[in-house]
Amino acid sequence: MEYLIIFLPLIASITSGFFGKYLRFNDFIVSFLILTSAILSIFIFYEVIINNYSSNKLIFNWITSGNFIINWSINVDALTSVMLVVVSLISSIIHFYSIGYMSKDQHKPRFMAYLSLFTFSMLVLITADNFLQLFFGWEGVGLCSYLLIGFWYQKPAANSAAIKAFIVNRVGDFGFAIGIFLIFIFCKTLNFNEVFDLIPSLSDKEIFFFGLEFNLITLICFMLFFGAMGKSAQIFLHTWLPDAMEGPTPVSALIHAATMVTAGVFLIVRCSPIFEYSETALNFITLVGMLTAFFAATVALVQNDIKKIIAYSTCSQLGYMFFAVGVGAYHVAIFHLFTHAFFKALLFLGSGCVIHSFNNEQDIRLMGGVWKKIPYTYLLMIIGTLALTGFPFLSGYYSKDAIIESAYFKGSTIGYYAAFIGIGVAFLTSIYSWRLIFKTFHGKYKNKKNSFNKIHESPIIMLLPASILGIGSILTGILFKDLFIGEDNYNFWGDSILFLKNILHTHPPDWLPITIIFLVTVAIPISYYLYIMNEKILINFTIRNKKFYNFFLNKWYFDEIYDFIFIKPIKKLGVFFWYKGDIKTIDRFGPDGFAKLVKKISDRSVNFQSGYIYHYAFIMLIGLSILLTYLIVY
Amino acid sequence: MIEISLGHYLTLGAIIFSIGVLGIFLNRKNVIIILMSIELILLAVNINLVSFSIYLQDIVGQVFVIFILTVAAAEAAIGLAIIVAYYKNKGSINVETINTLKG
Repeated sequence: MEYLIIFLPLIASITSGFFGKYLRFNDFIVSFLILTSAILSIFIFYEVIINNYSSNKLIFNWITSGNFIINWSINVDALTSVMLVVVSLISSIIHFYSIGYMSKDQHKPRFMAYLSLFTFSMLVLITADNFLQLFFGWEGVGLCSYLLIGFWYQKPAANSAAIKAFIVNRVGDFGFAIGIFLIFIFCKTLNFNEVFDLIPSLSDKEIFFFGLEFNLITLICFMLFFGAMGKSAQIFLHTWLPDAMEGPTPVSALIHAATMVTAGVFLIVRCSPIFEYSETALNFITLVGMLTAFFAATVALVQNDIKKIIAYSTCSQLGYMFFAVGVGAYHVAIFHLFTHAFFKALLFLGSGCVIHSFNNEQDIRLMGGVWKKIPYTYLLMIIGTLALTGFPFLSGYYSKDAIIESAYFKGSTIGYYAAFIGIGVAFLTSIYSWRLIFKTFHGKYKNKKNSFNKIHESPIIMLLPASILGIGSILTGILFKDLFIGEDNYNFWGDSILFLKNILHTHPPDWLPITIIFLVTVAIPISYYLYIMNEKILINFTIRNKKFYNFFLNKWYFDEIYDFIFIKPIKKLGVFFWYKGDIKTIDRFGPDGFAKLVKKISDRSVNFQSGYIYHYAFIMLIGLSILLTYLIVY
Repeated sequence: MIEISLGHYLTLGAIIFSIGVLGIFLNRKNVIIILMSIELILLAVNINLVSFSIYLQDIVGQVFVIFILTVAAAEAAIGLAIIVAYYKNKGSINVETINTLKG
């Protein structure tokens, strides 16, 4: 069964990639293969819940070198089963959605092939039982992300976004690779079980790194987290995520919201037996998570591209997950990952429907007033937004509350800060999410390119998958709350997550959830007032605080700073090496130099062969006399 | 009265030989002159042979000269025939234009 889950997407990818053009219902075949995989994953998830099922199935031996053994294998435990459900279920839903969304694209088989190849890589990543296989999946999803962002390769923006995503991820992967090397050097193995058994014995070890003394575990954690930051678009390495929105919307939903970007969170939760031994690293993760959540929320407030707003919102929610991990609440982070996958994919699919309805318009300033024309999309977006903002009894409410509470219970200063920031960001989230809704669906119709009557509801093949996600966004919170983060969650997670300190299960003070609910709810009328009823206030405000507004609008100038610090000097260096090094030195004296020399010599020697008989005769005579002289003299 | 010795003969041979060689190289006009120059070179060799034959009191050298003259006559005939054929083909026997050997 596990084999089927993993390899059905691969088969789907190969079929679609190589034979998709010739198959009549190619996209349906692919989608049903993925759906089968999803159903089997749900079955496994069920088994895990009921029977605490766990297994480790060998695919084949990969590397055997002395005591160092690495296998390709399918490792299933509680954590993996949750991820299996998220990845394969969301993926199958999005495959069905893509049938509608990409219906006019002539490269649909290629798109389907990439999408299912991504699903395969992601499944390989989450079922890994060693770092090497995990790294394979990690790079596999990175590759698919690159291919899918650049899917519309005719658009230069898509190409550069794809390359940006790839390169920024490479920076993170560099750290991740160093982390794996460190583990290999000190543990002599990369299998999770063996590494995790060895880690406690290494906890006092100090090593020198760049001339500074580090605790080994802390250093490993930092390096692994560095990789996670790249993949999960945390602050400093987040710049690729908003640009990645150049790809088709289903891609944004699957890769850049629900699954791939959460791989970083998964990595850290998977490595909880390492991270638990480094308080420093955990605090650092909390800090980065907090910063990201806050930063992305402020930027999302002023963006105008519908997909970019949701992208920054994803970034912000990933920040939440990370600070949940940082305060030691791994299970809460995974719970938020689980619910987030549903409502964020829903939001993206909903925005895909909006874009479809508006005939490829993405700017929310050019929308508005259409909620009666596309009520179904409107409803889906409302559900997604409510779930995202943490409105009571929808999925986001449970997970986000749990994160803030666990930060509060952490008890340390940084925990309180995290809880405070969490509450603040929840408020900001609510504001910018409702701004999106109001600007898109309410107010006056502002689009001049498309007439109001042309706005139409999306086809059923797009709405149906989205509504499944809608149901998921409503229900996952209530249904899985007790299982994931309830009193007896240890029974469920088993050995897959290590908690050194027991998480307190006292009830939080009453004011905490009430504040959150109050802020989240009060944000709705506030944003309605600001963005629909009385826009002048805001316009005046932005004019008066132009600097602030521009600061947020330009994403805290991160791209500009990176451009200044890294890109320009490196480009200069590159140009220097290319022009002075390659062309002026190596080429000039190397290949080109030789070619020139040979040509010069041959040009000279061509003159030698004049074709005049008397020249030849003269040479012969000269030769003869030299020979004679030689013979006579010696 | 100086006695004409072997040295003089050899010098004469060398001079004629040199004239022949220079005739080949310095000639920029036509091929017949080259042919004549080759003839001169052959004659210079013949003079050498004859003078050595007398000097060494050996008749073989003079017999050899008769052969060479015969061959030279035949060679001159062939050479002229080639030049005629060449002229028919190319319409000129100017040395400057004969450089097709360079390919």
